[in-house]
Amino acid sequence: MSEDREFSSSRRRFLGGAAVATGALATGKLVHAQAASPDPLITELQPWQQYLGDGVDARPYGMPSQYEAHVVRRNVEWLTADTVSSVNFTPLHEMEGIITPNGLAFERHHSGIAEIDPGLHRLMINGLVDTPLVFTMEDLMRFPRENRTYFLECAANTGMEWRGAQLNGCQFTHGMIHNVVYTGVPLRLLLEEAGVKTSAAWVLPEGADASAMTRSIPLDKALDDCLVATHMNGERLRPEQGYPIRLVVPGWEGNMWVKWLRRIEVGDQPWHHREETSKYTDLLEDGNARRFTWVMDAKSVITNPSPQAPVTHGPGPTVITGVAWSGRGTIPRVDVSLDGGMNWHVARMSGPSLDKSMHRFYYEFDWDGAPLLLQSRAHDSTGYVQPTKEMLRQLRGENSIYHNNGIQTWAIDETGRAENVEVG
Amino acid sequence: MKKIAIAAGALLATTCVHAIAQEMPAPSREGGYGLGRAALPEEIAAWDIDIRPDGQGLPVGSGDVWTGEELYVTLCSSCHGDFGEAVGRWPMLSGGFGTLDAEDPVKTVGSYWPYISTVWDYVHRAMPYGAAQTLTDDEVYAITAYLLYLNNVVDDDFELSNETFAEVALTNEGGFFMDDRDDVEIPEFSQEPCMSDCAENIEITMRAAVLDVTPETEEETVEQAAVTEEDAPEAPAGPDPALVAAGETVFRACAACHQIGEGARNRVGPHLNGIHGNSVAVVEGFRYSPALREAGESGMVWDDETLAAYLADPRGFIRGNRMAFQGLRSDEDIVAVIAYMQSAGAE
Repeated sequence: MSEDREFSSSRRRFLGGAAVATGALATGKLVHAQAASPDPLITELQPWQQYLGDGVDARPYGMPSQYEAHVVRRNVEWLTADTVSSVNFTPLHEMEGIITPNGLAFERHHSGIAEIDPGLHRLMINGLVDTPLVFTMEDLMRFPRENRTYFLECAANTGMEWRGAQLNGCQFTHGMIHNVVYTGVPLRLLLEEAGVKTSAAWVLPEGADASAMTRSIPLDKALDDCLVATHMNGERLRPEQGYPIRLVVPGWEGNMWVKWLRRIEVGDQPWHHREETSKYTDLLEDGNARRFTWVMDAKSVITNPSPQAPVTHGPGPTVITGVAWSGRGTIPRVDVSLDGGMNWHVARMSGPSLDKSMHRFYYEFDWDGAPLLLQSRAHDSTGYVQPTKEMLRQLRGENSIYHNNGIQTWAIDETGRAENVEVG
Repeated sequence: MKKIAIAAGALLATTCVHAIAQEMPAPSREGGYGLGRAALPEEIAAWDIDIRPDGQGLPVGSGDVWTGEELYVTLCSSCHGDFGEAVGRWPMLSGGFGTLDAEDPVKTVGSYWPYISTVWDYVHRAMPYGAAQTLTDDEVYAITAYLLYLNNVVDDDFELSNETFAEVALTNEGGFFMDDRDDVEIPEFSQEPCMSDCAENIEITMRAAVLDVTPETEEETVEQAAVTEEDAPEAPAGPDPALVAAGETVFRACAACHQIGEGARNRVGPHLNGIHGNSVAVVEGFRYSPALREAGESGMVWDDETLAAYLADPRGFIRGNRMAFQGLRSDEDIVAVIAYMQSAGAE
C-alpha cells in the first residue's frame, strides 16, 4: 500500500511539472508540453507488467479499484441525532454518466436498515378492494414487469442551503439523489388484481421496517407509473434501498418511495400521517405550510469542478460537467454561466434523455486562470427554467427546508480551488 | 386481445414520447392474473394499523394524562426530554406556539402538527424508538393524552379514548394548504431566461467556508483509517466467540441509545466501553440520573451479576434511573449481551 502511494504521488509530481508548459501557444499552433527527462513509468518495468495478478473467482462479487476507496457515501454528522435515523450523500463529484452505482446510492433510513429474508416477506393489499390479497415474492415475480430509469431525490436535498451557502461540496449540497434502472411490477397490475372499488381515491404504502413508513399517494399516480421494484441496475435491490421490494414513485419526492414495502391500503381520503404533516410540508413566510408537494422541480448542479473536486491542472482546456433532472419530464437543455449568471452558454447534453431521469451535461472552454463563478440552469421539457435561490426565497421565505431547487454557485479562485458561495 | 393491443398502442403514442420505439407497458389481464391469495381477516387486523384524522382505524381503549406521564418519562423522555423539550437533536414535541412565521420556527405537536390522529398513529407504529409496536393501545392513548397536556390542549384530568378523541383538535389544523406551485410558481419560472448581460454587477454575498461545517476531507479520513488498521491490537482472550456473536445481535436493541467499541461516544445513553468490572455511573461526560449516581457512589460495580439483574429489569433493579428500556426477557440473551459488552467494550 505504501509503495503504491509513492507511485501515485511521484506520478502527480511528474504531471504537475508537465502541466506548467501545457497550453503554450506559438504562432497560433498548439505546442505540447516537453518532458525534461524520460518518464520512469514508461522506461522502467512496472510490477503489474511483470507479475501475475488475481485469477477469476478471487473477487466473486467485484469491487472498485483500491485506488477508488475514497469514492463513498458520506454522512454529515451534526445534521441528525443518530445514524439510525439519518441520511448520507451520493458522491456526485466522483461520478460520470447518468447511472448511480448501487453501492453509492444515498441512504435515508428512519429506523435503520431492515434485513429481510425474501422468503419471509409478504405484500398485502387491503382497504377499498374487492379482494384483499397477500403476495409472496414468488407471486410478484410472475407478474409482467417493466424496466424504467428514474431519479430519486429526497425533498430535503439542498435543504441545508435555504438560508445561505453552508456545505462545501456537491456531495453534501446535492447528494440526496440517485438515478437507477428499476425492474418492477406496475402497481397498477397489483391493484387490478385486488379490484379497486369505485370510491377509492388514495393509496397508503407502508414499510416493514421498525419505522413502518407510510405516505398517502393519489390513486391516479398509483395507477399511472408507480412500480413495485425488485431490482436496481440489474441486480436485486440493496438492503439499504428496501430489499426485497420498494415502491417507485417517478418524479415525486423520495420519502414516498417506501422501502421494504409490506402493505398497500386503498382508501377514499389521505391519512395525514407523520411524514406528510410534521415532515415534508413546506412552511412559508406567513406561517402557513404547503402540503402534498410531491413533484420534484427541475434542478441541476455542476459536479466538476466543485469544492471536493477543484481544478488542479491550471489554465487551458477545462471540462465543466454536471447533472440535471426534473420530476415533470426530460431535460432538453442546460445553460452554464462562468460569471455568476451575468452571461450564459448552452451546455452540451450527452447520454440518454429519459423521462424523470438524470441527464448529463458538459461545457468545455479554455480557462484563462481568472476567478470564476460557476452556475448551471436546467430547462425541462415543460418549459420550466430552474430559478435562482433568491427567486425561490422571494416566493417561499427561508423556512421551507424542502424543495430547494435554486441555482448553485461555485466560486473558483486563481489556484482552481472551489467554494460554495452565494452571489447577488 | 386485439383490443388490448390497440389500447397499448394509443398509450404509447401519447405518453412514451421519449422512450425507444418498442417500449410497451406491462399488459393488464381482464379479471387479473389469479396470483396471490386472499388475505385472512386476522392478517389484515394484524397489519392494518393506520389511523385517519376522522378517527378511522382507532381501536377501543383509553388512557389518561397521569398514566401517560409515567409512561412518557420512562419510555420517551431520554430522547424527547421530560417536558417534550428534546435532548440534543431529537425531535421537540411541545411548545413553539406563535413561532411558525418567525425567523426560527419551532415545529412541535402543539405548534405545527394538524391532527391528533397523526400522533396516535405515529407513536403506535414507530415508538418507542428501537422497540416499535410494543405499546398497548391504552398506553398509546395515555402517551398521546400526555403530549396533548404538555401542549396545553387538554387539562391534567383528561382521558383520551376512542370516544373523547373527536372532542379535541390541534391549533394548527388550518395552517396547511394544498400544493399551489402550479399556479404560483410555474408561470413565473417558465419564461425564456436572459442569456447575456443579465445584471449590472454580480459579487459574492456569502461563503460556505465562513461557517466551516463541512465534514472532514477525504485525505484526513483515509489517513485515519490507515492508522486504525495498523494499530489494531491482537484480539484479547475473552468470552466465548459464539456467545459474543449472539450478544452482538441482542445488542441491536441497545444500539439505538448506546455506542460500544472503538470510537464509541456518549449518545442518548453513555458509551459502554470499559463498563464491565467498573463502578456504576463513571463514564466521563455523561449526565447520569441521580439514582445511578447514588448506586455508583454507594460502591455498586457492574459485574455479571449486577448487569444481569439490571438488564432483566432496569426500573426495578435501580429505581428512578432514566434508561428507557423495558428489559430483556430471556436469560440467554442477557448472558450473551454481557459477553458482547465485555468483548466489544474491552479497553
